Amino acid sequence: MIPASFEYHRPTNLEAALATLKEFGDDARVLAGGHSLIPMMKLRMAAVEHLVDLQAIADLKGIAIDGGTVRIGAMTTQHELIAHQGLAQAAPIIREAALQIADPQVRYMGTVGGNVANGDPGNDMPGLMQCLDATYTLAGPDGTREVKARAFYEAAYMTAREDDEILTAIGFEATGGGWAYEKQKRKIGDYATAAAAVILQKDGGVCSGASIAMTNLADTPVWAAEAGEALVGTACEPDAVGRAVEAMLARIEPTEDNRGPVEFKRHVAGVILRRAIERAWSRA
Amino acid sequence: MSRMHITLTVNGEERELLAEPRELLIHVLREKLGLTGPHIGCDTSHCGACTVEMNGRSVKACTVFAAQADGAEITTIEGLGSPDGLHVLQQAFREHHGLQCGFCTPGMITRAHRLLQENPDPTEEEVRFGMAGNLCRCTGYQNIVKAILAAAEEMNTVKEAAE
Amino acid sequence: MNDMTPPTREERVEKLKGLGCSRKRVEDVRFTHGKGNYVDDIKLPGMLHGDFVRSPYAHARVKSIDASAALALKGVVAVLTAKDLEPLNLHWMPTLAGDKQMVLADGKVLFQGQEVAFVLAEDRYIAADAAELVEVEYEELPVVTDPFKALEPDAVELREDLHGQDSGVHGKRRHHNHIFLWEAGHKEATEQAISSAEVVAEEMVYYHRTHPCPLETCGSVASMDKVNGKLTVYGTFQAPHVVRTVASLLSGIEEHNIRVVSPDIGGGFGNKVGVYPGYVCSIVASIVTGRPVKWVEDRMENLMATAFARDYWMKGRISATKDGRITGLSCHVTADHGAFDACADPTKFPAGFFHIMTGSYDIPVAHVGVDGVYTNKAPGGVAYRCSFRVTEAAYFIERMIEVLAIELGMDAAELRAKNFIRKEQFPYHSALGWEYDSGDYHTAWEKALKAVDYEGLRREQAERVEAFRRGETRKLLGIGLTHFTEIVGAGPVKNCDILGMGMFDSCEIRIHPTGSAIARLGTISQGQGHATTFAQILASEIGLSADSITIEEGDTDTAPYGLGTYGSRSTPVAGAATAMAGRKIRAKAQMIAAYLLEVHDGDLEWDVDRFVVKGAPERFKTMKEIAYAAYNQAIPGVEPGLEAVSYYDPPNMTYPFGAYVCVMEIDVDTGTHEIRQFYALDDCGTRINPMIIEGQVHGGLTEALAIAMGQEIAYDEIGNVKTGTLMDFFLPTAWETPNYTTDFTETPSPHHPIGAKGVGESPNVGGVPAFSNAVHDAFRAFGLRQVHMPHDQWRIWKTAHDLGLHG
Repeated sequence: MIPASFEYHRPTNLEAALATLKEFGDDARVLAGGHSLIPMMKLRMAAVEHLVDLQAIADLKGIAIDGGTVRIGAMTTQHELIAHQGLAQAAPIIREAALQIADPQVRYMGTVGGNVANGDPGNDMPGLMQCLDATYTLAGPDGTREVKARAFYEAAYMTAREDDEILTAIGFEATGGGWAYEKQKRKIGDYATAAAAVILQKDGGVCSGASIAMTNLADTPVWAAEAGEALVGTACEPDAVGRAVEAMLARIEPTEDNRGPVEFKRHVAGVILRRAIERAWSRA
Repeated sequence: MSRMHITLTVNGEERELLAEPRELLIHVLREKLGLTGPHIGCDTSHCGACTVEMNGRSVKACTVFAAQADGAEITTIEGLGSPDGLHVLQQAFREHHGLQCGFCTPGMITRAHRLLQENPDPTEEEVRFGMAGNLCRCTGYQNIVKAILAAAEEMNTVKEAAE
Repeated sequence: MNDMTPPTREERVEKLKGLGCSRKRVEDVRFTHGKGNYVDDIKLPGMLHGDFVRSPYAHARVKSIDASAALALKGVVAVLTAKDLEPLNLHWMPTLAGDKQMVLADGKVLFQGQEVAFVLAEDRYIAADAAELVEVEYEELPVVTDPFKALEPDAVELREDLHGQDSGVHGKRRHHNHIFLWEAGHKEATEQAISSAEVVAEEMVYYHRTHPCPLETCGSVASMDKVNGKLTVYGTFQAPHVVRTVASLLSGIEEHNIRVVSPDIGGGFGNKVGVYPGYVCSIVASIVTGRPVKWVEDRMENLMATAFARDYWMKGRISATKDGRITGLSCHVTADHGAFDACADPTKFPAGFFHIMTGSYDIPVAHVGVDGVYTNKAPGGVAYRCSFRVTEAAYFIERMIEVLAIELGMDAAELRAKNFIRKEQFPYHSALGWEYDSGDYHTAWEKALKAVDYEGLRREQAERVEAFRRGETRKLLGIGLTHFTEIVGAGPVKNCDILGMGMFDSCEIRIHPTGSAIARLGTISQGQGHATTFAQILASEIGLSADSITIEEGDTDTAPYGLGTYGSRSTPVAGAATAMAGRKIRAKAQMIAAYLLEVHDGDLEWDVDRFVVKGAPERFKTMKEIAYAAYNQAIPGVEPGLEAVSYYDPPNMTYPFGAYVCVMEIDVDTGTHEIRQFYALDDCGTRINPMIIEGQVHGGLTEALAIAMGQEIAYDEIGNVKTGTLMDFFLPTAWETPNYTTDFTETPSPHHPIGAKGVGESPNVGGVPAFSNAVHDAFRAFGLRQVHMPHDQWRIWKTAHDLGLHG
């Protein structure tokens, strides 16, 4: 598998990167870790004339935690997310999810920015970021703007990001509480058959806040407010969990693939979500 | 097809070459630098036969462009051990029959080397999880895991003795 | 140690590193250094790279091929199509199964990924660019991927080249998509036994299509030296000598002018037995251009276009008395061979050795019929880490036994024990014509059941079922049993040949004056460690340390003719040749020793590494001394030198066997599983190197795990391959793979010089039914009889769902 030719650009600051994107328009793509894009280029399913490698832009790296506010540079790798002690304290669900992405080598290269910006319904981070109610910072020729993760995904590989914009950072408020990232897959390196990100707040034995998102069960991640609402005010007893699951199942639209038919995926989605809620509750 | 100047530090030695940006690191290493230890097994970053170390990270060299690697420090299997003596990991793979056809072995050992740098005293479960980016079709992994655990122990013993 | 103390006999034995010793592998030093030499590592001056244009369609007419844009690209040397190969009569090639196969699409394509044009360029990047520029106009035709539909009267005719031919090399063809019907056993007697039986179990057992998928794909480097008229071909060949013969027959180049070299091979598992269009195109391209040409496929090409394995629909009936004595077995197979019949079987056996399907059981009468069928899928049908179609047979009988146990309401372990061929029945003549050489199944079985505490497991399983019914757990426990009998070591030349070449094998030994040696064989290791183990066989035979013996394989210019390595034949056949050649060396050495010691030959006896005068242990000559004498003394009546060659035609196959138990936890809600325990007892006769045997078992079991639990080559209804990358084609990682417990009994083969039977494939043959039976067994209490592999998550879930376990 041999990719087609392209021109390579390695800008050292964001302005230069944006200028290159502007100059070449549709012919340009940004490269983060490359573990989604490069296989597509090798299969010649993605044609890129100008590849803009973001690795040398220092501003895109790093994790900053200020009280409950977390800011993660887009070029932070999954490996760095896993290894970061402060992040493990502030938002342990990120580590739990990142460990379930691909394999060690891919996690050294794969970035959180690439994972969220690509719009691949199989990626784990978009659903997780919706669960965390994260905000993406997009830098474009006219400056930066912020878009909520919950408003970012339009369809498979279609997002609110314009072609001349770069997703530079992800920010969210760490809310504490119980958490779980539950993922069923066929093997290491596979995308999810179904995955659930759940964060629950507990106050005096009662659920006081809940955020629930699922991955690879529609052409975008599915964050279902009504699934969380079904838990709020309850003790997450089986009936309440059942209502939350029902609410989520009403929202997902899985399609058949090698992982299985729709009926199976819907069933597994329910099981995985139930387990995630139970585990999150046990940690709340 | 324009070529670009690429500088790599490979196994401690600086190497300069001309390559098209699209050339894959694995091809540069194997065909331009004659380092045929790492292999191509799957092309889609699943098998890990092409694993090398780049800037202190285990990477699949079939999914890295030469251009991306420009300026990087690379270690391949050829950089471990020496013609006169095997690295502890190489010795352990032999001792515990952790290889058969040998095709996955360079990637496997290079990955194990990095794993043990980051986790010098892993459990069996950590070895299995940490090696899950490398496929082997021959051994069923049991002896690979055994070899890595034995190498870790050996390296720790040597380190303790030195302290 | 005191230098004056002569080594004890035990010390001398130990020093040899001969049979039975877990000698460390000599191959490993270069492999762990990254100094292996695989085909893609070969780089010759001026070498060109070839790449294929492949069909996106499973069935289409090729209306036109326009290569002008490709040829205009700088660095492109040529684009070959069938039209270019036709004048050389190389646009088609013979298959190992007596059919023919297109090298490049001749007017139509018959499977997705079929080779249409071969692009030749200065490097692989240009070749890939050019392949994309070749414009092919197709006209789509109806696609058949189901072998049963292929045999319907109005099914589209796939092989128009065979139009009107109502017979093939294996007899009558009854339909335009039918290849052969092959039968064995007694049909009427079997029908009689089944129709009059007290109990009959009937089931369709499908062994799905999969692929050996070695980590190294297939490839070749051909180099035609036009000055000397010599053609050298390096490639991923499990049978280099056969490739040389075929290359000579196809190209017209005399065989002595062709040198075929198998360098290090990155796993084969049957995938590298056949001859592929890529090999032929690289050879033709080198002949045409006079430059070396490399072709190495990528993983998608490997999975889509090179040899698949299995795809057998096995309709079985098994009959028994009501107390569980099996009285008859019948099987009809619908075998999906894809677009061309390219099965790698001995010529007379179009269904391989499938008629080993009576397994480990004393079944008085049996019958099998196999219908080979063309479909729009890739050709192949190789033995994927098994002897020819033996894993299909083992899976069939081990499933039928389980189904019969259900029918009888009997414990499946007990049913097996009741029907095993008894130790005293060997050599045993099976109802389908085989002579099993040796076995002791009851001993192995009892040892296995005891090791896993079988009764305890059954009690736990019964408790689990109760707990499940009470709603206390959602996990079921499956106990997968298998007792398999393999048939390996093809084979006797009288009935086994490939393209007319008898399936003997060979070894040539030269002892050097200083007492070291080189031995060359007709086989080729793909990871089995021949350089280590064959030296051990020889060490024990000739009394020189294995460390002083070089083993060389794979170069047809130096190695004696052999049929190669597959079907676990290396140890049974080439291993025997090695022992026999060693014995010739020893016989001559005895004459030399007698001369040196001034006694008669008969006055000497062999002792580990020397000949000793009977009754005078202080008078001896070591093999090292004898080797030196062979080159520096004029011995009356004895030629100088110490060399031998042996071509070994085995009198029979060997029949390794084993008892496996798999304990599996199954989550009925998600379809996921966990292997809690896997116990594998193998009896491969005499054990040459226990360490290597254990490694072979681990590897074979892991391949079995993959096949049983998810690995498949799946097509959609229009013939698209759905599992073309390692994302979807399941190869387990270290994370999904369990630890295995290995064990053994040792029942030597009576006809093999050292009693060895071969082991590389047993764990795949026995492993697949063990994993599959565990899945089935977990659901037995809920009424499951038979579901098809692979048991991936959604299929297990569906089984649970269909049984009403999801409420």
